[in-house]
Amino acid sequence: MTDLPRTPPRYSATFTPAVNAEIRRAAASGIYDIRGGGTKRHLPHFDDLLFLGASISRYPLEGYREKCSTDVWLGTRFAKKPIHLDIPITIAGMSFGALSGPAKEALGRGASEAGTSTTTGDGGMTEEERGHSKTLVYQYLPSRYGMNPDDLRRADAIEVVVGQGAKPGGGGMLLGQKISDRVANMRNLPKGIDQRSACRHPDWTGPDDLEIKILELREITDWEKPIYVKIGGARPYYDTALAVKAGADVVVLDGMQGGTAATQDVFIEHVGMPILACIPQAVKALQDLGMHRKVQLIVSGGIRSGADVAKAMALGADAVAIGTAALIALGDNDPVWEEEYQKLGTTADAYDDWHEGKDPAGITTQDPELFKRFDPVLGGRRLKNYLKVMTLEAQTIARACGKNHLHNLEPEDLVSLTIEAAAMAGVPLAGTNWIPGRNGGF
Amino acid sequence: MQSFDLGQEGLRALNSSLHALKGQTNMTAWEVINPKGAHAIAAGVDAPVDITVRGSTGYYCAGMNKQATIRIKGSAGPGVAENMMSGTVIIDGNASQYAGATGRGGLLVIKGNASSRCGVSMKGIDIVVHGSIGHMSAFMAQSGNLVVLGDAGDALGDSLYEARLFVRGSVKSLGADCIEKEMRPEHIALLTDLLKRGEADGKAKPEEFKRYGSARKLYNFNIDNASAY
Repeated sequence: MTDLPRTPPRYSATFTPAVNAEIRRAAASGIYDIRGGGTKRHLPHFDDLLFLGASISRYPLEGYREKCSTDVWLGTRFAKKPIHLDIPITIAGMSFGALSGPAKEALGRGASEAGTSTTTGDGGMTEEERGHSKTLVYQYLPSRYGMNPDDLRRADAIEVVVGQGAKPGGGGMLLGQKISDRVANMRNLPKGIDQRSACRHPDWTGPDDLEIKILELREITDWEKPIYVKIGGARPYYDTALAVKAGADVVVLDGMQGGTAATQDVFIEHVGMPILACIPQAVKALQDLGMHRKVQLIVSGGIRSGADVAKAMALGADAVAIGTAALIALGDNDPVWEEEYQKLGTTADAYDDWHEGKDPAGITTQDPELFKRFDPVLGGRRLKNYLKVMTLEAQTIARACGKNHLHNLEPEDLVSLTIEAAAMAGVPLAGTNWIPGRNGGF
Repeated sequence: MQSFDLGQEGLRALNSSLHALKGQTNMTAWEVINPKGAHAIAAGVDAPVDITVRGSTGYYCAGMNKQATIRIKGSAGPGVAENMMSGTVIIDGNASQYAGATGRGGLLVIKGNASSRCGVSMKGIDIVVHGSIGHMSAFMAQSGNLVVLGDAGDALGDSLYEARLFVRGSVKSLGADCIEKEMRPEHIALLTDLLKRGEADGKAKPEEFKRYGSARKLYNFNIDNASAY
């Protein structure tokens, strides 16, 4: 008797090996997975948009010859001393504590050389960063670790953090492994304990209070500093409108691709919206209030290249911020450390256990032996190079679209490759005039 | 005494004048009249001066104060002396929510009652309340001392770190990880000093207080404690 062919093994599309592995991990440990970074799932993103370039109806500018400016003013609404940056790519808030001192220094060096700003984080302001950042944005967070009026006054701008894209509605946790003496001292807490960062501010609730809080910060700093309000991508139309109503000079909008030092994987992957869906809503809110370009919009979450910068700006942003990309430019997740990533049970480009403080690249750690591996001067140079490349790329695209300033890019320059991205970004599906949800669509 | 009519001259002029008092000045006595509940009165002062506010204040009076002694001859709105660094703030009346929130130093004295979240996230400030305090007071309080001559509302000291809480009256309930602790001689000495500096030494004796602090069981995450949150 001959053997009949057997049904080959078939994996479930619902219970994939990865899903099953997570169920087993949860069953064995009794605790949810905590990790760093942003969402890893596939999402509609800037890759789904294309620029049209010039044609008979509009003419391009000459590369290498005709000027395409990149500068941006931030904080022009109320601040006596608005910020002027050479390039519209800023460095997003990342804490000392999550990052090492030398890593913060490198961010300051690279950003300053490229003509842009860096941003503090939940650990307060360090000398490394203030000393090396020509333009420094000081975050005003629910935890208020290290908050003081002197640092407010020596900052160049203040960013009131309401939320972040990786975890809108969530607070933070810096696990005990990363609480060195210095980190503990800056946060006024015992060494080695898990440090929670609250999800809400301790002394205000809602937009009416926020307006009074912004008034207080302006009074303390004599109305000199631009005041940013940072929101996670959850309800960008209403949050942007309320931030404007509360008196913000700048709205910082972070989509779900934006990273975090540490939070629950379930939070990172299932809460918030992709940045592509957020930008048009925020721009609409600004336009409806007659405040587009008057209150500047900085967007972040998954910005990787000059093409992403140009697309974000074409959708109406005044500037962008990068976090994860900046860390990779410094040397995070570099295959040069592959042997050590393997020892940690992971691999280069997939390492995300930043909260454990064992970063082989010496960036997301407080271990002095590990951060000796990281050279802040070299790191700064790498970041500067990367920022320059992104700027050149964005200029290349803008010139091809006939624009003499990145701010002149517009939604009309874009088409979408997918129906989803067309609906979210509000630009037509390529080859059609169809924007789902508009033009008589559903 | 330099008298400043807030109704006439406005908030910006007041705070700008107070911020200009850097270093040595012989104009050390200031009076603010007609505050009428304005917000951010005397916020961000950094000079060893005395400021008396004749009336009640809105949000964030004396916010981030350094060095100054600020007396409010009325009641204070939310967030009085928030994030205070040093100096003294004394309120004759009552204080609204978040009094002394995230304060890092100095002394806050409330002669009336304080509302909810008094001393929330305090980081080194000393707070003396002659009356009672509302719910969720000293939530996530990191360090410093909170002294209450009256009663405390629900969930006192929830998720407390190393701050010390002293309450003379009843505590409606303790928050997660907050427990009653033994009063040792050093605490009596500390309390004696705080009552004196808080202008309350004639009103209460240190021996009448109970001390509350962190059980330190939530300091490192443990899944078995998940129901405590």
